[in-house]
Amino acid sequence: MEFLGFSLPSYGWSTVLGSAISGVFLGSIYALVALGLTLIYGVLHIINFAHGALLMLAMYAVYFLWSGYGIDPYLAMLIVVPGGFFFGYGLQRLVIGKASHGKDEIILLVTLGIAIVIENLSLFLFSASERSVLVPYDLDGIDLGVTYAVYPELAALGGSFLITLALWIFMTYTDTGKAIRAVAKERQGARLMGINVDHIFAVTFGIGVACVAAAASLLVPTYAVHPQVGSLFVLIAFTVVVLGGMGSFVGALVGGFLIGVTEQLGRLYLGESLGVITISVIFILVLLFRPTGLFGAKSG
Amino acid sequence: MLDLKGLCAGYGQMKVLHGIDLTIEQGEIVALLGSNGAGKSTLNNNVSGIFQPTAGQILFEGQDITGLPPENVVDLGIVQVPEGRRIFPNMSIRENLELGSYRRGKPRRAENIDKVVDVFPRLEERFSQLAGTLSGGEQQMLAIGRAMMSEPRLLILDEPSLGLSPLLVEEMFSLIQRLNKQGLAIFLVEQNVMQSLEIADRAYVMENGSIVLLGEAAELIDDPDLKKSYLGL
Repeated sequence: MEFLGFSLPSYGWSTVLGSAISGVFLGSIYALVALGLTLIYGVLHIINFAHGALLMLAMYAVYFLWSGYGIDPYLAMLIVVPGGFFFGYGLQRLVIGKASHGKDEIILLVTLGIAIVIENLSLFLFSASERSVLVPYDLDGIDLGVTYAVYPELAALGGSFLITLALWIFMTYTDTGKAIRAVAKERQGARLMGINVDHIFAVTFGIGVACVAAAASLLVPTYAVHPQVGSLFVLIAFTVVVLGGMGSFVGALVGGFLIGVTEQLGRLYLGESLGVITISVIFILVLLFRPTGLFGAKSG
Repeated sequence: MLDLKGLCAGYGQMKVLHGIDLTIEQGEIVALLGSNGAGKSTLNNNVSGIFQPTAGQILFEGQDITGLPPENVVDLGIVQVPEGRRIFPNMSIRENLELGSYRRGKPRRAENIDKVVDVFPRLEERFSQLAGTLSGGEQQMLAIGRAMMSEPRLLILDEPSLGLSPLLVEEMFSLIQRLNKQGLAIFLVEQNVMQSLEIADRAYVMENGSIVLLGEAAELIDDPDLKKSYLGL
């Protein structure tokens, strides 16, 4: 097969389909990381540069809960998700909100600063070496015919769906969820209805970090932990958020899967290192034709 | 009910209010009149807790509420319908109304939605429509309906007639009168002098951050000073 002068290897449909399916699994994690990012952007109107560092921190938490206490990475979700929420709540309420004095450009720098602090502190405390969790079931799975899906992949997909669904229900039906949506568009109106905007900001940030903590639990069984692991994912998550439309939940989900599948197919055809450029290609293509992203609201 | 004593406020170095004294009694409609930039909205937002006064006192039923955060002001039943409505454009009419009872009146949310819909039947027809798609008049109705959801004891209306057609303005003022007849105290902040004075019990006229004229609304209508100070005639 030839494409733009490159001769591409040709594969049977089952190989391609198998590759696409593993892209769906990978994409579900991207979606989850992007979900937290897009939520924070949509409500606080800031880009959280600390997102990747927080993911890394949560992955270490999951790792140490396993290595220190023998807690299964999936079970650790019961600890790291609430833990992530409260950490995020405190971080926004006590550090980001206080330091920024309501100026968006300062918030940006504050989150960037937090990322640098967390990453270097981790490097100092945990060293640069990779650590992996060994779970007894990481190679077991289900034969899908075209590919073999291991349980951690299935858990990632199922977990991401459940968490997205839970978040959607929360945002649609609870008063706090509604208050978050109100604050996203009309802060002054929300204040006058007695909604404490600072509290809602912190709750939103907390939920964003909780999403990242859940993603960490789902990642650790298959991904090694090291201080730079966050930037790997968050760069893609940024792409997903912009691609899907800033602030859009559906966009994060669809964008995550689109990027995951693209990346895996790119790797299949172009090789491990060159394959990743397909992410940028699809990103640029989408933005050329839809500058607001796939599900982004028109500006204004 | 509400007492402002020597209220001073501003933004940073800029002084906007210079010692305002103002009272609102139970069951009254009190109008605050003044042109753009007189400091009317600054006054409102200090009462609502959005800004902190630099000096003076705000008393509600004898209790000092100066500097309380907005959510605690709402808890007491002082609810503002702000200038420009400030409804939640990305949410449905129903959700907007529901959030009106975020702090107060939550146990009677369903009942109160029915009551609001009785007053504004037009809102019910569009219950699941996004609030941002409503016309200006409908948005104003929604903003008032949303405030009513919190079972206010004192309703602050900031320029409710702004941007409405003359017919709707008429409707809006008669609605304010109806709400007042049900026992609700209303603080009406308006540029629309004549119509406000027609429905108000008392009025204050504000100019450059100070009260320059006050009295019974019926008497103010014929006051030559009103025309002079406010209309500049």
